Amino acid sequence: MSFDPFQTLTSRTVVLHQENIDTDQIIPARFLTTTVKDGLGKSAFYDWRYDEDGRPKNSSVFNGVNPETHQILVAGSNFGCGSSREHAPWALADFGFRAVISSDIADIFKSNAQKNGLLPVEVDEETHKKLLASPGAEVSIDLENCEVTFGDGEKGSFPIEAFARRCLLDGVDPLGHLLNQVPDIEAYEAQ
Amino acid sequence: MSELSSSSQSSAKSLFDKLWERHVVVEETAEAPAVLYIDLHLIHEVTSPQAFSVLDARGLKVRRPDKTFGTLDHSTPTMPANAKGELPYATPEAKSQVETLIGNCKDHGVELLNMGDPRRGIVHVIGPELGLTQPGKTIVCGDSHTSTHGAFGALAFGIGTTEVGHVLATQCVLQRKPKSMRVVFDGALPEGVGAKDMALAMIAQIGADGGQGCAIEFAGEAVRALSMDGRMTLCNMSIEAGARFGMVAPDDTTYDWLKDRDYAPKGLAWNEALADWMELKTELGAHFDREVHVDATKIRPMITYGVSPDAAAPIDEMAPTPSTEAEHHAADYMKFEAGKPFSNVTVDRVFIGSCTNSRLSDLREAAIVMRGRKVKPGVITLIVPGSEAVKRAAEAEKLHEIFLAAGAEWREPGCSMCIAMNGDSGKPGELVVSTSNRNFIGRQGKGVRTVLASPATAAASAIEGHIADPRPYLFARESA
Ligand code: SF4
Repeated sequence: MSFDPFQTLTSRTVVLHQENIDTDQIIPARFLTTTVKDGLGKSAFYDWRYDEDGRPKNSSVFNGVNPETHQILVAGSNFGCGSSREHAPWALADFGFRAVISSDIADIFKSNAQKNGLLPVEVDEETHKKLLASPGAEVSIDLENCEVTFGDGEKGSFPIEAFARRCLLDGVDPLGHLLNQVPDIEAYEAQ
Repeated sequence: MSELSSSSQSSAKSLFDKLWERHVVVEETAEAPAVLYIDLHLIHEVTSPQAFSVLDARGLKVRRPDKTFGTLDHSTPTMPANAKGELPYATPEAKSQVETLIGNCKDHGVELLNMGDPRRGIVHVIGPELGLTQPGKTIVCGDSHTSTHGAFGALAFGIGTTEVGHVLATQCVLQRKPKSMRVVFDGALPEGVGAKDMALAMIAQIGADGGQGCAIEFAGEAVRALSMDGRMTLCNMSIEAGARFGMVAPDDTTYDWLKDRDYAPKGLAWNEALADWMELKTELGAHFDREVHVDATKIRPMITYGVSPDAAAPIDEMAPTPSTEAEHHAADYMKFEAGKPFSNVTVDRVFIGSCTNSRLSDLREAAIVMRGRKVKPGVITLIVPGSEAVKRAAEAEKLHEIFLAAGAEWREPGCSMCIAMNGDSGKPGELVVSTSNRNFIGRQGKGVRTVLASPATAAASAIEGHIADPRPYLFARESA
């Protein structure tokens, strides 16, 4: 399985101020009865985007967003907490996002996002505050150098697990790497 | 060898260190995470179809069908089949998801607890019940509440669907060793307080991200005193504190519970297993990256009042005044009046079930409260056992008769209103007191306001029609 390699991205941000945005917000459970992973973008943040009758809510920051120009989601801390549903990053990626920035991104979501070409970026509190305060700002992300640039050339760095970074840069799922370890797995099983 | 290296090798190990070391196939390096061997892979219908598709597309087979075990729980109806034997699936997609897992298990030789199987149930209830879950094992499932199995001294954690594919294909996951954390519950729990209250009290204390990136070991007097059911409830909610792993060292309570279960070792193998399991303890002086103490003697029955599990408080307090933006947002949604007692809040529905609280002891707890009483008219009360086995055991004790006589509904096993994807859900605006684990907006249906609580609290709230302290009911029984 593969996705587009992630090297650099320059795009505008969509900002969600809330903390603790859980995977039930990112994609409500009623959309999980699918057996495929495509086409979930229309269900992303569904209850934030549509009212009871399925009409787009004017108040939603998502409506009016151009997925071509706004590919970076900036959210409050503890983003992606809750369930292990990989449908959450599938939905965000299918909607058009290529990166999520927060001060703190939940473990399983982070790991799932990395496997689907959606870059989770954890920045320090100060950078986070500035990004939250400027919706629609243009932000550049350089994964090779683990750097975020915004405003008048202000820079911040972000940590990312080395192997996940490699896979994102190459646009590959780690399954190939695991399959290469089969001799060791066999040896372990023989113990 | 130098003194230094031998002494560092003999340094005290935690339960978690031991579990981890036993399963490393390839050590982690700066470039790559460890390859960790998985002893038991549990699968269900929601998070597995796309993983099987990847396998099929690459022409791969399930590496160890003997270590893979499937059940159906999330999308399954909790109403019985009709006269023609048809199950009332909520949507054609739900049915097709179930059929997809049946097909995948058949194609790959994986054992599945199909609809109608007397052992079927919620994945985190059946694993322990069948004795598949054992101390010392690594256990994964495409489900964040896999931490439940850590109650047995197993290294159990939730994974995403891509990783489900990895485990199907290689029986391994790539994982860096997480940080370690110990949560010690000091002292004994007061009467009328249980494991669910402990979990909520802890999360309120450390926050919904308090265990982020950590493997938690639960320890202390109050944890030792818990039954296996209670330990499962506590480990289950590790993820609500942000931790992917939660565990309790095995002891006699664990061994007594496991003995003679279907898949537990038998005869000589049992004795060997027992000797091995007794090694699974944290040694004195073992290092933890973080340690937190919770005073168990001060815990009271807990409820949540917000839209994150850390918005939890003792039931006999007043609804707090929101201060941050997030708290205002939560308060607007939940509509609790600040400064008013929680017992002022009117309840529309009650749900007793989920992998947090749907085992026999949970149902007994609810039955103690409901025995000989009636649910407040208009309060729809759903009682959903965690598995077919729990259902049979409860019926053998006639608990279902207590529930039915009280005016509650007694359903077929499954996740039901915990995740509300099988058609069981609340209506917009309704307030549901629920024994499940997540109070996120919309978790139990669009616009539904969820209050998390113990089975006793949920049952008392069903009787009174507003959020209610269960202690008078529990104490009344003792003095009677
Ligand atoms: S009962 Fe709820 S938390 Fe448990 S496995 Fe089912 S949906 Fe997940």
